[in-house]
Amino acid sequence: MRKTIVIDYGFGNLFSLTKALAFLGANYSVSDNPEEVEKAEAIILPGVGAFGDGIAELNKRGLNEAVIEGAKRGIPLLGICLGMQFLFEKSHEFGEHKGLGLIKGEVKRITLTEKPFFKIPHTGWSPLLPPDGTEGFNNPLFSGIKPGSEAYFVHSYAGKSQTDDIIANTIYCETKILAAVGKGNVFGTQFHPEKSGEIGIQILNNFLSL
Amino acid sequence: MIVPKKIRVIPRLDIKGANVIKGVHLECLHIVGNPEEMATRYYSQGADELIYMDVVASLYGRNNLLDIVEKTAKNVFIPLTVGGGIRSIDDIKSVLRAGADKVAINTHATLNPQFITAAARTFGSQCIVGSIEAKKINEDRWEVFTDNGRVETGLDAVNWAINLEQLGAGELLITSIDQEGTAKGYDTELIKKIAPNISIPVIACGGAGKPEDMVLAVKEGFADAVAAGNIFHYNKYSIAEVKKFLRERGIDTRS
Repeated sequence: MRKTIVIDYGFGNLFSLTKALAFLGANYSVSDNPEEVEKAEAIILPGVGAFGDGIAELNKRGLNEAVIEGAKRGIPLLGICLGMQFLFEKSHEFGEHKGLGLIKGEVKRITLTEKPFFKIPHTGWSPLLPPDGTEGFNNPLFSGIKPGSEAYFVHSYAGKSQTDDIIANTIYCETKILAAVGKGNVFGTQFHPEKSGEIGIQILNNFLSL
Repeated sequence: MIVPKKIRVIPRLDIKGANVIKGVHLECLHIVGNPEEMATRYYSQGADELIYMDVVASLYGRNNLLDIVEKTAKNVFIPLTVGGGIRSIDDIKSVLRAGADKVAINTHATLNPQFITAAARTFGSQCIVGSIEAKKINEDRWEVFTDNGRVETGLDAVNWAINLEQLGAGELLITSIDQEGTAKGYDTELIKKIAPNISIPVIACGGAGKPEDMVLAVKEGFADAVAAGNIFHYNKYSIAEVKKFLRERGIDTRS
């Protein structure tokens, strides 16, 4: 099994993720050291919180370059939640912030119409749906996942991606939101696979098996 | 009415020492089971999240709680909220380290509202659940209580809810002390005063005796999630049965 590094940039909660990796018997370690990341055979970039603060912490430790270098080496890279948003070129959360630029597109606030049920952050379970015009998932990250399977989301901002990089969308309060992206060896999930029951565990296992 | 999103069904497990306990109006407690076993059962039945509430919330015996969280997080992969006696950033760190995803904060937020802001800044708003325990005082007023309904704060529950959102909470857990443990239904009126007036999700809690109570909390109170203890603990309904009932009444849930 690939030696997987979970990137720790002092932001958010890595423990749930590492418990899911332990459950799957993954060969993983948690690190904030760019030199270790450079030796990784797979990288997971988790994260919660605000984009600007998060990316600043990543950059401060030199982890941004290590992650970009890993993506260029062709090893599997998975960004989760804020970690997925980092993969984009730019975010508009509290000002404009530059991302890692590994996936084309930008991160913007979810906009919903004013009705009593429409709440931000989008918190809870929403369905994983294939990109428009397709019937099933054909990305290896989603191997064995049935369209309509539900995953756990908690976010106020979301990526806007080019059509061919979209693995899955979701629908929340009648609004289509990007749920997962993939471009070659670089993947991102807006939802939390480590908190999405058996579906999420399957997706993490797919990633570990790439 | 069509609810345009999936409503979460959340078992709440009140913890004392190593056990899940249950009472009425947050008092007269007795043991109902083992937390890890119950959590695993609810997970396999399709619970959307779990709440562990340490009802003693003392500074002593916290190791029990952390131990329970740690064991649960090893094989339960849904969001886990832990509340009761959270007083510091270090308290939050230790429950997250054990495997929790969110913390519910009541007493310490009323004593020091800035604690919510500091906690949200450190861990993100998604991690911070503002917990409100309220009693109805008169037709228009619900008052916030702490320490399992023993200590009054003088705070108006609706205003305090709005305040908690502004302070940085990412979600609110609203427990009616009047209804809690009675199985007579949620205080839907209270939920309705709060949920449509804030932009963060509201979890209704306290009083669920049958699935119809949950329908009311959602359709009339605009709750985003429903939490319940007794209805699940005593096997009156399984999570799957409750969800099926909700779907039949036009409330979508995770299948």
